[in-house]
Amino acid sequence: MVNDGPYQRQSSDSAYLFCKAAIEAGHQIERVFFYHDGVNNATKLTEPPQDDRNVVARWAKLAEEHGVDLVVCVAAALRRGIVEQNLAQGFRISGLGQLVESAIQSDRLVVFGD
Amino acid sequence: MLHIVNKSPGERATLASCLAHVRPGHSVLLIEDAVYAATKGHAAAGTVEAALATAKVYVLMPDLEARARAGAVIDGVVPVDYRGFVDLVTQNPRVQSWL
Amino acid sequence: MEETGIVKKFLFVNRKAPYGSVYALEGLEVVLISAAFDQDVSLAFLDDGVYQLAKGQNPKAIETKNFSPTYRALEGYDIEKLYVERESLQARGLGEEDLLVDVQVLGAAEMAALMDEMDVMISF
Repeated sequence: MVNDGPYQRQSSDSAYLFCKAAIEAGHQIERVFFYHDGVNNATKLTEPPQDDRNVVARWAKLAEEHGVDLVVCVAAALRRGIVEQNLAQGFRISGLGQLVESAIQSDRLVVFGD
Repeated sequence: MLHIVNKSPGERATLASCLAHVRPGHSVLLIEDAVYAATKGHAAAGTVEAALATAKVYVLMPDLEARARAGAVIDGVVPVDYRGFVDLVTQNPRVQSWL
Repeated sequence: MEETGIVKKFLFVNRKAPYGSVYALEGLEVVLISAAFDQDVSLAFLDDGVYQLAKGQNPKAIETKNFSPTYRALEGYDIEKLYVERESLQARGLGEEDLLVDVQVLGAAEMAALMDEMDVMISF
């Protein structure tokens, strides 16, 4: 669960590096759920400077290569102007039930945020 | 149980809140700005040292290296990388992030 | 709503004050959704999170919705296990009588023991 936006604080970076390490260790990351300002990780309008990491593209790549389900909370997204039109590739918008469902079905849930 | 703290004790009281709920055998992982608390001479170092009596304390080295404090880890605090972070999550049956 | 057959012990850990940030409000939204999954749900309020339950909230002049009555409605969703940490109340000059809903007050050690029984902890 990622509860904070990209760049402003480190939470999204920490979550990404954790997911990457877990996958490398042979674990499965079933889903990353973006909530609160975390929904801002899913905008395709982001354009970081060339010499900086691209947080959004990095998540999308992880989803593509390892089948990680990147879910953006619809209610939190609507509040913050994240809609289908500006949703980055690899992400999908869905309800909070997806978070609860993941918590029930996965072995662990780790919360990253502010 | 694994407790994760991510804020500097100079900014938030989350380390203190966490340590008030650590039970014997628990693990505490310091990440992001919380890694400063695991360094010698820090005002919060005493509370971390006290926690070591009953719990295990880990510090995420990539975060400490980024912050130029990798050489100052308190004795008894275990350095881990992201793989170590993953192992802590799998070894402990539950995780609480003190945000 | 969802039939998974698995019942886990969920603890929603509320540690932030309302209004100053969105965590209390959006946290409550997760709690309400969780009710549809027939899980064993508990809520913990500690540190500034105890302010979420303060009686007499009136955010009219800051043009924000007063969502505090929702805590009283949780009972209707079969969410009845609300735990508040004693030390957090005391440190803020509050008592159980200042809260808008019936809760169980626990000391920090008891709260730690409660956490140790959980399967999932979602913290805001």
